Amino acid sequence: MSRLENRPGELINRTKVIRFTFDGKPVEAYEGDTVGSALYADGRRTFSRSFKYHRRRGLLCCAGQCPNCLVAVDGAPGVRACTEPVREGMQVEHLNAQPGLDLDVMRATDIVGTKFTPPGFYYKTFIRPRKLWPVYEKVLRHAAGLGVLRKQQPEREWRTEYRRRHADVLVIGGGIAGVSAAKAAAAQGADVVLVDEGPAPIETLAGVEILARASALGYFDGIVPVWQGDTLHQVRARNHVFATGTIEQPLVFAGNDLPGVMLSGGALRLTELYAVSPGARAVVATTSDRGLDAAAKLADAGVQIVAVADLRESRTAAAEQLGARGIQVLVGHQILEAKGSKAVDGAVIGPIGVEGASVERTFDCDLVVVSGGFAPATSLLLQAGARADYVADRGHFALSELPPKVFAAGEVAGFDDPDSAARSGERAGLAAAGAPVEPADNGDGTRRERSPVAVPPPVAGAGHGKCFACLCEDVTAKDIRLSVEEGYDSIELSKRYTTVTMGPCQGRMCQLPAIRLMAKETGQSLEQVGMTTARPPWVSVPMGILAGRPFEPAKRSSIHRRHRELGANIKWAGDWRRAYDYGDPQGEALAVHQAAGLIDVSTLGKLLVRGPDAGEFLDRLYPNRFSDLKPGRIRYGVISSDAGRIVDDGTICRVDDDTFYVTTTSSGAGAVEEWFSWWLADWRMRVQLTDLTQGLSAVNLAGPRAREILGELTDLDCSAEAFKYLDGKQANVAGVPCLILRIGFVGEVGYEIHCASAHGEHLWDALMQAGRDNGIRPFGLEPQRILRLQKMHILVGQDTDSESTPFGAAMPWIVKLDKDQDFIGKWALEHYADEEPATRLVGFTLPNGHVPTEGAVIMDAGGAPVGQVTSSRFSPVLDRVIGMAWVPSPLARDGSQVTISDEGETMQAHIQTRPFYDPEGEVLRS
Amino acid sequence: MSFLLTCPNCGVREVTDFGYGGEISARPTSRPTLRELGEYNYFRRNRAGVQREWWFHRSGCRAWFVAERDTRTNEVLMTALPADSNGGGAA
Repeated sequence: MSRLENRPGELINRTKVIRFTFDGKPVEAYEGDTVGSALYADGRRTFSRSFKYHRRRGLLCCAGQCPNCLVAVDGAPGVRACTEPVREGMQVEHLNAQPGLDLDVMRATDIVGTKFTPPGFYYKTFIRPRKLWPVYEKVLRHAAGLGVLRKQQPEREWRTEYRRRHADVLVIGGGIAGVSAAKAAAAQGADVVLVDEGPAPIETLAGVEILARASALGYFDGIVPVWQGDTLHQVRARNHVFATGTIEQPLVFAGNDLPGVMLSGGALRLTELYAVSPGARAVVATTSDRGLDAAAKLADAGVQIVAVADLRESRTAAAEQLGARGIQVLVGHQILEAKGSKAVDGAVIGPIGVEGASVERTFDCDLVVVSGGFAPATSLLLQAGARADYVADRGHFALSELPPKVFAAGEVAGFDDPDSAARSGERAGLAAAGAPVEPADNGDGTRRERSPVAVPPPVAGAGHGKCFACLCEDVTAKDIRLSVEEGYDSIELSKRYTTVTMGPCQGRMCQLPAIRLMAKETGQSLEQVGMTTARPPWVSVPMGILAGRPFEPAKRSSIHRRHRELGANIKWAGDWRRAYDYGDPQGEALAVHQAAGLIDVSTLGKLLVRGPDAGEFLDRLYPNRFSDLKPGRIRYGVISSDAGRIVDDGTICRVDDDTFYVTTTSSGAGAVEEWFSWWLADWRMRVQLTDLTQGLSAVNLAGPRAREILGELTDLDCSAEAFKYLDGKQANVAGVPCLILRIGFVGEVGYEIHCASAHGEHLWDALMQAGRDNGIRPFGLEPQRILRLQKMHILVGQDTDSESTPFGAAMPWIVKLDKDQDFIGKWALEHYADEEPATRLVGFTLPNGHVPTEGAVIMDAGGAPVGQVTSSRFSPVLDRVIGMAWVPSPLARDGSQVTISDEGETMQAHIQTRPFYDPEGEVLRS
Repeated sequence: MSFLLTCPNCGVREVTDFGYGGEISARPTSRPTLRELGEYNYFRRNRAGVQREWWFHRSGCRAWFVAERDTRTNEVLMTALPADSNGGGAA
C-alpha cells in the first residue's frame, strides 16, 4: 500500500486496515477506501479487459461513470471498483478475461483481428455457412460480454424492498447547488428528499431526508426511482430540483484507452480522497482551466508534471501560474497519442493545425491526465421533458427549456463556480418550495463570467491507430466513419449499428465524442446531428432491485388447519390455498354417494344485498327474476354482461323481504362485488351491498346420511317435507347461528352451511364428530369436480369462456326475456335467442376408458377443429369416463358421436345432453 | 401511467390503488340495433383531452366514483361520488 502523506480531505482511516481478495490474492486497504483506490495503491493498473478487443483498461474517472473498472464482487458482476467501498473479506474478481487479467488470450482479437471486427462484424463475417451460426454464436458470446452470471450461486438471501416516498421537493445531487436547494426549500417548510451517489453531503438537516449512496434511475411521469442499497425508493415529489452536475469528457486520440490515461477528476479523487498517487510523471492535456488546476494540485501532491498541452490558443492566468512554478504549458497544443503496451510510458504532443514529426514532441511519462471539457448531466432532465441545445462556445449541449415543476441548479445549469452554484441552488430550492423568487441579478441568473474553453476536434491529428470514442463497446472513430459510409448516417442509426452510447456508461463518456465524429463524417453541424434519446435507467441496476420483494399472498379458510391435520393435498386455487383432496379423490366422491361427505366451501363469494329495492336490483343484474322469489327460497342465477356473455354464476337465497344472500364463484367473488357496486353507483337504488366473503365460512354437507347428521346438531326440522330442496333456513347448528342452504351442486341431498368465520372450525369439528358413525368423510376440490360433472353443473371459466352465452351453455331457461324489467344483457340475449349458436355445451361419454385432456380438440370429419373438451373425469359411481365439450350445434343431441383428438390420439365420444347422474333430480329432491 | 387520484372517501392515493372503469358512456335506454349495441359494448371514443370516467378504489374503500381527467397529461380535474357529480351516466 503506497500512500501519500496525509491529505486534508482524505476519506481513509489509516488506523483501520481492511483485508479483501482480488482474484484470490489478498489485498490490504484502509477503511474508507474503495476497491479501486485500494487496488491502485497496491500497484494494480489493469482493472478490466475491454468488451471486444480485450484491451487492458485502467482507472479513468474514479467516479462510477466509465466502464473501465467493472468487477464482480462476491459473485455479482457489473460492480464499479472505483466507487465500491471495501469490506472485510469481500471477494473481488475480474470479469472479461481468460485465463486472467494480465494474460488474456482473447487479446488476439485486437492484434490480428481488428480488420475482421468492424461494427456488425458478426453479421458480416459469420453468415456462411449458415448452419454453423449456432457454433459461431456460442464462441462470440463467450468472447464478448461483461461478466458471467453464475447459475450455481451459493445460497444467499437477498431481500429487496420497495418504498414509496411522497415529498414536496426532491433534490437530485448533493453538491454545492443541491445542498443549497435542499436548505432553501426546507427553510420554507417543505418536505425535502436529497439524493446523492456519494456519502452524505451533510450530516442532518431539519426537514430534509438524505438518501446517500443512492442513485436516481430515471424520471417516470413524476416518479423518480432511487436505488439505495437493498431498497428502491419510489419518490414522488411535487417539484424537482436537478443538481446533477457535469461529466468530465475524455479526448479522442490514439491509445486513449491505455491504463494510465486518466481524467483530471479521477486523478484528483485518487490523490485527494484516498491519498494514492496516480503516477510519478504526468503529461496533462486539457481544453479548459480545469486541467490546469489539476496539474497544479497534482504537482502539490508530488507528481512531476512534465508537460501540459492546453488546446486553447491564449495563455490564461492559471497557465501563467503554472509557468511560474516551472511547469511548461504548451498552448494551442493537443495530445496526439498515448504510447505503451501494458500501460502508458509516453505521450506525443503537437500543435493544433500542423502535422508531422518535426513539430511533435514525445515525453516519457506514466500518467496522462486528460480533461476534454464538461458535459452537463442532462439525461434525467431530458427524461423529465427538458430540452437541451448545442452551445457552440462551450462545445456541449446545455439546457434551453425546462418543463413545469422541474428546476435545474449548479453546474448542470451552467453555474460553474461555487458561489454561483450555491445561489442558483438557493433560487431553485425556493421556487420548488413555492416561495417567490426575486428576479435574477442579470438576465442570465447570477453566474459569473465563465472561463473560456476550447472545443476539441472529433479526433486528434490524423487519427491513426485506435482512437476510442466508446470504451464500453470498443467503438473507435473509424467505426463511426464506417457506419456512415455504410449508410447509417444519423446518430440514432449509428448508435444502433455500432452500439456507441449503449454500454454501461450510458453515453456519459461517449455521447459527445460520437456526436462530434458524426458531424465530421456527415458534414452536419452538431445541432443537426443532435443527441440520442435519454432513456432510463441512468445507472446500471440489479434486476433484483427492480423486482422488489416477492410477495405471494395466500388466503386460507378458517378451517385450513383441520385440512392440514387430515393430510390434505393442498394446492393453489386462485388466491386461495385449498384442500384438493385427502389422498383418495375417487373414494371421497364415492363416500358422498354412499354415506356423507363434508367439503369446505368458504372460498365462495358471499354478498348481502339489502334494502327496499334489493329485489329489483337483482332483477336488473340477472337475466332471470328474483323479486318474485319467496323468503326462505333459493334460486340459481347466471350473471351475463351487456354483450350477453356469461360472467359468473351462483345461488341467491331470499332471507327476508328486503334481504338477499348471494353466493358467487370462488374466483369471481371480487369481480362480482365490483360489478354489483358499479351498477349500484350508477343506478343509485335503495340497496346496501355488503361483502361477507371473508367474514363467513361455509361447508357443504352432502350425501344420503347428511339429513341425519345435520339433525343431530340442530333443533330445526330437517325432514324432506319441512326442509325442501332449494329452501334456505336460519338456525343454530352445534350452537352456532347459521344460514343453511339446501342445494345440490354435488348431486346428493346437500346442506351448504354458512356461519361466522370465527366458528368455522367448531362447525367442521361438530359435523365430523356427528357423522363419525354415519361414515362421513371430508372431500376436497377434486372429488367435488367429479361429482358436479356427473350432474353437468358448469364451472364458469372452466366450461365457459368469454364467448359463452346462456343459450350455448344449455341454459336457455335461465333467461327470462318476458321480464318487464330491463336487465344487463337483455338486448344481446334477445338477439341470441333467435339465433342458432355455432357450438353448444353438452356432455359426452367415452367407451374406451381414456380420459381426454381438458382442452382436447373436437374434430370434424375432415380433421378440422370445431370444438373443445372443457371437463373430463372418470366417474367411480358410473364406472365410466364422462366429460363436457363444446360441439357444433347439429351434433349437440343425444346419441350423436363426435371425434376427440387428444395429443395425436383420436377417439369417438357419445353425446349426452342430460345429467349423467340422477338426470331427473329425484335423489336431489328426496 | 402514474399519477395521484383523490378518492372522495379516502383522499389522495397513488393511481395503482384504483381500478379503471373506462370512459363514461350512456347505456341505451331503448332497444338498440345490433350495430348500436356493438358500439356500446366494444367501441370507445378514446378522447384526447378531458374525459369523464369511472374509477374504483380497489385497494381502499371499494367505492366507484367519477373523475374528470385530461388523457394527454393525466391531470385530474375533479373526482366525486356519482351522487355528487350530476349523474354518472350508465357504466
